[in-house]
Amino acid sequence: MSDQTNNILDEVTKGEYKFGFYTDIENDLAPRGLTEDTIRFISAKKEEPEWMLEFRLKAFRHWQTLEEPEWAHLHHPPIDFQGIIYFAAPKKKPQLSSLDEVDPELLETFDKLGISLDEQKRLAGVAVDAVIDSVSVKTTFQDTLAKHGIIFCSFSEAVKNHPELVKKYMGTVVPYTDNYYAALNSAVFSDGSFCYIPKGVRSPLELSTYFRINAANTGQFERTLIVAEAGGYVSYMEGCTAPMRDENQLHAAIVEIITMDNAEVKYSTVQNWYPGDKQGKGGVYNFVTKRGLCKGNRSKISWTQVETGSSITWKYPSCVLMGDNSIGEFYSVAVTNNFQQADTGTKMIHLGKNTRSTIISKGISAGKSNNSYRGLVKIMPGAINSRNFSQCDSLLLGDKCGAHTFPYIDTRNQSSIVEHEATTSKISEDQLFYCNQRGIDTEKAIGLIVNGYAKEVLNKLPMEFAVEAQKLLSITLEGSVG
Amino acid sequence: MLLNIKNLTVAIEGKEIIKGLNLQVNKGEVHAIMGPNGTGKSTLAAAITGREGYEVTEGEIWYKDQNIIEMDADERANLGIFLSFQYPVEIPGVSMTNFMRTAINAQREYRGLPPMPAGEFLKLMEEKKKLVDIHSKLTNRSVNEGFSGGEKKKNEIFQMALLEPTLAILDETDSGLDIDALRTVAKGVNELRSEENAFVVITHYQRLLEYIVPDFVHVMYDGKIVKSGSKNLALELEDKGYEWLKEQSLV
Repeated sequence: MSDQTNNILDEVTKGEYKFGFYTDIENDLAPRGLTEDTIRFISAKKEEPEWMLEFRLKAFRHWQTLEEPEWAHLHHPPIDFQGIIYFAAPKKKPQLSSLDEVDPELLETFDKLGISLDEQKRLAGVAVDAVIDSVSVKTTFQDTLAKHGIIFCSFSEAVKNHPELVKKYMGTVVPYTDNYYAALNSAVFSDGSFCYIPKGVRSPLELSTYFRINAANTGQFERTLIVAEAGGYVSYMEGCTAPMRDENQLHAAIVEIITMDNAEVKYSTVQNWYPGDKQGKGGVYNFVTKRGLCKGNRSKISWTQVETGSSITWKYPSCVLMGDNSIGEFYSVAVTNNFQQADTGTKMIHLGKNTRSTIISKGISAGKSNNSYRGLVKIMPGAINSRNFSQCDSLLLGDKCGAHTFPYIDTRNQSSIVEHEATTSKISEDQLFYCNQRGIDTEKAIGLIVNGYAKEVLNKLPMEFAVEAQKLLSITLEGSVG
Repeated sequence: MLLNIKNLTVAIEGKEIIKGLNLQVNKGEVHAIMGPNGTGKSTLAAAITGREGYEVTEGEIWYKDQNIIEMDADERANLGIFLSFQYPVEIPGVSMTNFMRTAINAQREYRGLPPMPAGEFLKLMEEKKKLVDIHSKLTNRSVNEGFSGGEKKKNEIFQMALLEPTLAILDETDSGLDIDALRTVAKGVNELRSEENAFVVITHYQRLLEYIVPDFVHVMYDGKIVKSGSKNLALELEDKGYEWLKEQSLV
């Protein structure tokens, strides 16, 4: 690409983070650092039963024996795990019956984010469980869902009100021994969402949760558990933005999904945490373990993600295809700009017969960023006649960014078929001029081309999210790419 | 005068391609520019439309009473200059509908108009499709992706019909067209001709000019217009070949 084009790319990529604001809400903070006392403090604050505390402590003791993984294509200064505050909750306790009772400042924050918690959501068919910092502030439409027998609540509430379900499923897909960050999360997780779809029930609403990191130096450790019993169906959406901050913030979440016979869960994410400034200062470190278990026959788990934020993303939403004829899908758009780094992809583990998986990954790199796809397709001996199709595309904007693909394929039977396709492309000057010549300026043109490139994945998002995600792609690349 | 090019010199990477060219185009006129390969015809189109990398080292391009040589390509487009590309590019994943809606609304925004309502836009699309005999399917596909050569050229004229430019430059729109497609394209152009716009038709062959009858024919050779005349010049050229012209320019 010519220098001129690069200059344009630079200009456009220089857009500042649009959600950089900070809400001053008094926090109930844990002491800085991580010891068994910290964990007891968190557990006590949350009024947890003894078994939950024991789970946390076991995870913590295991975590202490682990080393941070270094295999990812990521570079960052060492994280001071003792310098982090592991629990923060808004002081004004939010067990409220209407929006009037919610802290007005909080509502203002939601407004800035474009989140409306009001009844309009209901018309749009969306229930929202909004998480600010670590405690669920408000859960809407629980009643509607309850009529169908669906449980949708904060993880803390689930521990209190549905301990038998939490005990039965928590840690069965992502055990605390799974990896460094999973162990950390299991020890200190703050809150998150719990969703249970009973047998034969299709959720009448799209469930969505907005996460948001607030409070300086506060790690955020979400934990989500979704269980769909036989024949159940739910589409779950998770979206995030975080305020501007100078110090790096650590985020290590766990999401577990379990589907029984004929059940289906669609999990969609739009992630837009603070990516750091143009010089690469600040930004969220996002180390996430997301995994779904297709336990039942003919069950299906579908991950769709649009990752535009965070200075570091380490995330591999995966599917374990245990049931015969089960299906796993992974659709991803990951955008990196300035100095962002992303190492993301998926794992498809085929155990059952006739299992199928699809991977569509679209990486977009701009500025001086690095974007890696890392994926594993593993076909076990019993997974006869299973199939995988993977497509990994990279789009480069400018000539100072990097795109990398690390596909791992491990096939242990003769009857299965695995396909992998990969492309790397650039936005060409010809395409930009073509758009310019029709009156479309370069910034809009890049938004148009990038959205076209990512369309296959964006189409998988629920309608409301797709529109947001399209805007987000353009905003993220503003001042970086046309 | 709509377009007035004065003593234009254009270089690509330091190499002079156009060497002191003059051209005047008034509203209501159709000008044909002919000439052998490599004489600078497409470079002229690129210079008028403001493509990067085409450096105007001398001279002026006046359009609607302003010198536009410093203007970005998108602004020139918004002022009503349209280029029908010789090689239209593909933009995967961007539907023609979305692309044209973005373009029309960008041009409307430039003119201080609100975005066109979706219903009105779709109606306009239907109307213009008929003009160039484009199938509905094509407009649902990605921009130029998987289009045949003829479909791509029809698609250019379709875009022109939607944008209604004041000055349209057709860069070898006839190349790669069979006779039916050529007729369709010409029909589209002829229906768009009016007293309020002008066309510059770049072509190798006289064939296109049987269908789009020009008011003036200019012959380009080695970066200059070496001969201008009426539509009969095209016939003469067809008859005598470009060698004849070479002799003329040497004289």
